[in-house]
Amino acid sequence: MAYFDYAATSPMPDNVIDAWTSAVHQRGNASATHRDGQKSRLLWEEGRDNIAAAIGALPFDVTLTGSGTEAINLAIKGLFWGRNRTTPDGSAPSELPRPRILTTEAEHHAALDAVHWLVEAEGAIVDFVRVDELGTVDLADLAAKLGDDVALFTTLWVNNEVGTIQPVADMVALADAAGVPVHLDAVAALGYTPIDFANSGLAALSVSAHKAGGPVGVGALAVSRTWAIVPLIHGGSQQRLRSGSLDAAGVYAAGVAAELATADLEAKVTRLTAIRDRLLNGILESVPGAVLRGSHTNRSPGNVHITVPGLDSVSALFLFDEAGHAVSAGSACQAGVQSPSHVLRAMGVDDADGPLRFTIGAGTTEGDVDAVLEILPAIVARATH
Amino acid sequence: MKILAAMSGGVDSAVATARAVEAGHDVTGVHLALSRMPGLFRSGSRGCCTVEDSLDARRAAGMLGIPFYVWDFSEQFTEAVVDDFIAEYAAGRTPNPCMRCNERIKFAALLDKAIDLGFDAVVTGHYANVTTAIDGTPELHRASAWAKDQSYVLGVLTTDQLRHAMFPLGDTPSKTLVREEAERRGLSVANKPDSHDICFIPEGDTRDWLADRIPMESGDIVDTDGKVLGHHDGAQAFTVGQRKGLGLGVPSADGRPRFVLAVKPATNEVVVGVKEDLDIAEIAGERFSWAGNDPIASGIAEPTSDGFTEFACEVQIRAHADPVPAVAFSRGGEVVVVPTEPLNGVATGQTAVIYVGTRVLGQFTIDRTVSATAVLH
Repeated sequence: MAYFDYAATSPMPDNVIDAWTSAVHQRGNASATHRDGQKSRLLWEEGRDNIAAAIGALPFDVTLTGSGTEAINLAIKGLFWGRNRTTPDGSAPSELPRPRILTTEAEHHAALDAVHWLVEAEGAIVDFVRVDELGTVDLADLAAKLGDDVALFTTLWVNNEVGTIQPVADMVALADAAGVPVHLDAVAALGYTPIDFANSGLAALSVSAHKAGGPVGVGALAVSRTWAIVPLIHGGSQQRLRSGSLDAAGVYAAGVAAELATADLEAKVTRLTAIRDRLLNGILESVPGAVLRGSHTNRSPGNVHITVPGLDSVSALFLFDEAGHAVSAGSACQAGVQSPSHVLRAMGVDDADGPLRFTIGAGTTEGDVDAVLEILPAIVARATH
Repeated sequence: MKILAAMSGGVDSAVATARAVEAGHDVTGVHLALSRMPGLFRSGSRGCCTVEDSLDARRAAGMLGIPFYVWDFSEQFTEAVVDDFIAEYAAGRTPNPCMRCNERIKFAALLDKAIDLGFDAVVTGHYANVTTAIDGTPELHRASAWAKDQSYVLGVLTTDQLRHAMFPLGDTPSKTLVREEAERRGLSVANKPDSHDICFIPEGDTRDWLADRIPMESGDIVDTDGKVLGHHDGAQAFTVGQRKGLGLGVPSADGRPRFVLAVKPATNEVVVGVKEDLDIAEIAGERFSWAGNDPIASGIAEPTSDGFTEFACEVQIRAHADPVPAVAFSRGGEVVVVPTEPLNGVATGQTAVIYVGTRVLGQFTIDRTVSATAVLH
């Protein structure tokens, strides 16, 4: 079975599986004082060190969570509450001093729904910054919307649906000048583009282990000490910003995965870009009407997202599945009821243009690409009305 | 054969699917997402197809080792079934959404998609039997379990649809046996309660649901002479034959219960009368279909210049009503059925299914009724 759904989850390499299974033998709660606990703790620390290194952060600034979604929620809600807890003179506000949250309509649901909840329940106001037809943040619009009453700006480093890489340095510069903290959802960025948190000027950055070959159940949030973040989960304070027993084996394995995912990143990006373009060009040559969505020049090396007018994506995915290829349409699905992609809508794409998303990674070969290209035109033709 | 099994998350479709797998077919399970806003949990046995139901279907497919998908037919379902339901009530008729769903969704939209994707047939958990006539044309028959027979709601299927339909539960004498089989097979839905009523009205309260969707105005409840007996909050919420919910404060002079005889949206009146006033001597309709060979091709009627000659049959006008002996014929573009004893409580819009023995011959939507007593002016 050829796998083209790395964006949903990335297969765990053998080293990572071995690391996890060996680490899980170590008994002892990583917060206990006895020797067993200390050994578990060491595994956890080593994992955190490696994850921190992979994103250019100091280990102390990295909080381990149960998922990328949790990390994103912690960042957005934590920053919102932190920015609204006190007025500039330090007193408790009677009204929210910074109720506005800037984001885009092309975010992942982990961010969009967290923001939506803050609007419904916590008095936040959301202001959507425009994205263009490639899904790129409109910097002029961002500049116009920044202000004293903005709690934070949150967006994706790499768009998980269409692969567009945002102009991070420019966005941060603008926000910095306005005194507004920036959180980036880097879940689709880890292992596909260099991340240097410490030198980025970002307030917070979220990643997810299983999108980079690690286990499901481990996410991480890097936080700059300048900004106050209110924790989501209270309890035994095993971590400053997050309570819950430390997952020594999971974090250790996630560390091995993060290191593997970012080793020789430049060479990896070159290799993946070539495979990506082989697939993309193959599709554009053989499928009439196929359009690449998202930026081509500022694009994740792991993402091919196309639309075809009149394509029934559900039928196409079924046919690919039958033929042994795991492909996605990239859009959310609540209990089977298809909604058109909010990302594509934000980019102005017509609902009738059916999407197909192929995401690749470390294990993808040219052979995989050639195999899917052989059957792709017929499948698309059959599934198009 | 390559089979698409429609799995609702209930025990009937789960066992039907299991039997198809056991018979050696190449089976894929599919759950139809029909609601635009599926609730998370089923509340009791009302309604169907919440997220929980889709998960039950997924689990059953997993246990049977077959691929499983959820397909979205919510838009087509809304248009073909829900909107039709509302429109029929608004016009003062009584719709049958389950028939529209079978006719337009399960054995049409779903079947068409299945054939496009290379499947040979759709399997459902309906209790009915499909056999083949001598000339190879399919025939639809009642299920072996009389109490569970669902051939009525399938009466709307055409020959072509029947060719691509399979009902593995048709020969099972009782629901208890199906549940026992589910348990034996390790299917977790073995003890899940059946869903009743209309799948898209979760609380089972049709009247309130309709009131939210059809502008209803108060009007008069009148007797057959036009005398006002009471008031209603919306004529469209009433159905012919209905006895409860009339809210007539004053008991009738003869002490006998009143029944709805007719709903008149034009004057916003509900006409009531005694039980005998509901007696119908003849029903007819212009929209009909044959489940397999029509009466002429089946050799039970002769063609005439504008229809066919009469033949003995049974007619059933509700899913759970008893069939009634009758004669059927066709004239002037209508199929007409004359029951040997009057039918009590027939609403236009209902479906009449014609049986010959255990075979479903066909069906028609009742457009026209003739009263056994000349009461309505």
